[in-house]
Amino acid sequence: MPRGVAPFMSGSMHSSRSALGLVLSGVLVCSAPVLAPVMARAEMPARVVSMNLCTDQLAMMLAAPGQLRSVSFLASDPRSSAMAEEAASYPANRGQAEEIYLMQPDLVVAGAYTSRATVALLQRLGVQVEIFAPVTALDDVPAQITRMGDVLGQQDKAAQIIATYEADLKAFQQESGRSPTAVLYEANGYTSGAQSLSGQILATAGFTNLANEAAYAWGANMPLEVLVMKAPEAVITSRSYPGGSRAEDILSHPALRATQDRRAEGSVSDSDWVCGTPYVLRAVAQMVSLRHTLTNGED
Amino acid sequence: MRLYVILLILMGTLFGVALMIGPAGIAPLDSLRALIFGGDGPMTLVMREIRLPRALLALMIGAALGMSGAAMQGYLRNPLADPGLIGVSGSAALGAVIAIQTGIAATTTLALPVSALVGALVGVVLVLMLAGPRGGSLTLILAGIAISALAGALTSLVLNLSPNPFAANDIVFWMMGSLADRSMTHVWLVLPLIVVGLGMLALMRRGLDALTLGEDAAQAMGINLAQLRLLLVLGTACVVGASTAVAGAIGFIGLVVPHMLRGWVGARPGRLLWASALGGAVMLLAADIAVRVILPMRDLKLGVVTALVGAPLFLHLIYRTRRGL
Repeated sequence: MPRGVAPFMSGSMHSSRSALGLVLSGVLVCSAPVLAPVMARAEMPARVVSMNLCTDQLAMMLAAPGQLRSVSFLASDPRSSAMAEEAASYPANRGQAEEIYLMQPDLVVAGAYTSRATVALLQRLGVQVEIFAPVTALDDVPAQITRMGDVLGQQDKAAQIIATYEADLKAFQQESGRSPTAVLYEANGYTSGAQSLSGQILATAGFTNLANEAAYAWGANMPLEVLVMKAPEAVITSRSYPGGSRAEDILSHPALRATQDRRAEGSVSDSDWVCGTPYVLRAVAQMVSLRHTLTNGED
Repeated sequence: MRLYVILLILMGTLFGVALMIGPAGIAPLDSLRALIFGGDGPMTLVMREIRLPRALLALMIGAALGMSGAAMQGYLRNPLADPGLIGVSGSAALGAVIAIQTGIAATTTLALPVSALVGALVGVVLVLMLAGPRGGSLTLILAGIAISALAGALTSLVLNLSPNPFAANDIVFWMMGSLADRSMTHVWLVLPLIVVGLGMLALMRRGLDALTLGEDAAQAMGINLAQLRLLLVLGTACVVGASTAVAGAIGFIGLVVPHMLRGWVGARPGRLLWASALGGAVMLLAADIAVRVILPMRDLKLGVVTALVGAPLFLHLIYRTRRGL
């Protein structure tokens, strides 16, 4: 039983660091064949709950039918999730310890920024929680898929998805031609540089990101004046949410519209840009077609 | 007369400085050249579409808040009256937020400032009703606290109910005010209402002077008190509504400016009106320069600076008038 195995394993690993380490590791090696079938079952959790938009999507891609029991409510919002349709068939959770625990999961997958208090509480209650750090590079996507494949016991499926992803990514990296200048611009003037996933999508598509100062590497607010002075050919804005807000007003400022190439108007980053899943390649493709529009007739 | 000249020179200087300060770090002379003579470069865009509207709004909104504070203090004969403190700005913000979140603001351009105007109107009428015709300090401040709290709570509620994830963050903007990244569109949006509102408040000049002798004496001098009150209510609603719709609720300008200038105009509330308009423009321009000097890359809210100057003065005024409370 998975619940029984986890403490046993952690217990033996803990004591192997003690003075009895040598003896115990011998025991472990000897008993390995006995343990193997139990561990294989432990690697294939039957009731998985995901609490984070990005782990939601990886889990939906990889889980066997019936294995994934719930995804976060954000997964079914098409503005942030690339797999909103798939997510509609799963019960949604709002990431609260109480509701997650009552689903009796034997594995919870969560993001690094998922409420720490919730995760700690679940762990105290004996639930196994796997935490996934956000992906900030296109090259880190395969590792993320591999890890999700491992924790779900779906290694073959993961390998398949990774092979396709790597081949597609390579094709984009062979693109050539002029690199038009661009800046990513979101609500409150937030921009992303080279150390961010969005920045990498932009660079892979063959754009020169003008938010290239160290301060913007991971992402920071860029005043509108600074953006206008950089005079990028394309400003890729975030999609507006309904209801309106002062924070998003900046995206419709006349100075912003006047600064960019007419042909780049209306280019937006959307749900494909948010998470380190193979959907990032859809975002790259979208940017490549924008680049072709901008450089059309130059080559 | 000398006071007006000094204030005009100060205002002009600060207006120029406001145009020359910004995160883009353009050399002062280049920036003025780009502003006046134009050109194709991005510098012209920065000057004409970002810095000019910002400086113009600081000037207009500062004047609006300064004069409405002076008018209110003159009418109520109470130095603690300020549209921000007594909840008029908060009510205007509520009106603006409702217009944005219901989508009315997107249908017609004037919907946003008019909705804020209606909010301000409700706020100012409620305060005057609650404070009574004499506007005693205690009732005025208590009524103001209640209306501010209610308007603030409702504004937060509307923004939290919004489907927009950024709306809740906007609470800070609506409570503290900011002029960051406004455009010429906003200037044209508020200009007519502010001009009309300032006109109405300026008409109160004779009435306010007469009112210093008491209501009976003023009536004997031919002042129509009902009309005076109507001018105050409509004029304040116009200027505060328009200002808040584009810049959020900026407090304390209507409190600080008339207080500082009162001595210069021989304590005549009528003369204080235009002096406070100029003084308000000076104060808001200075505050908007300060927020950009302190944190150039980030949007520090104006209310932080105005409150740092205004709140100690407010405490001082309470201390001085406590016998009347």
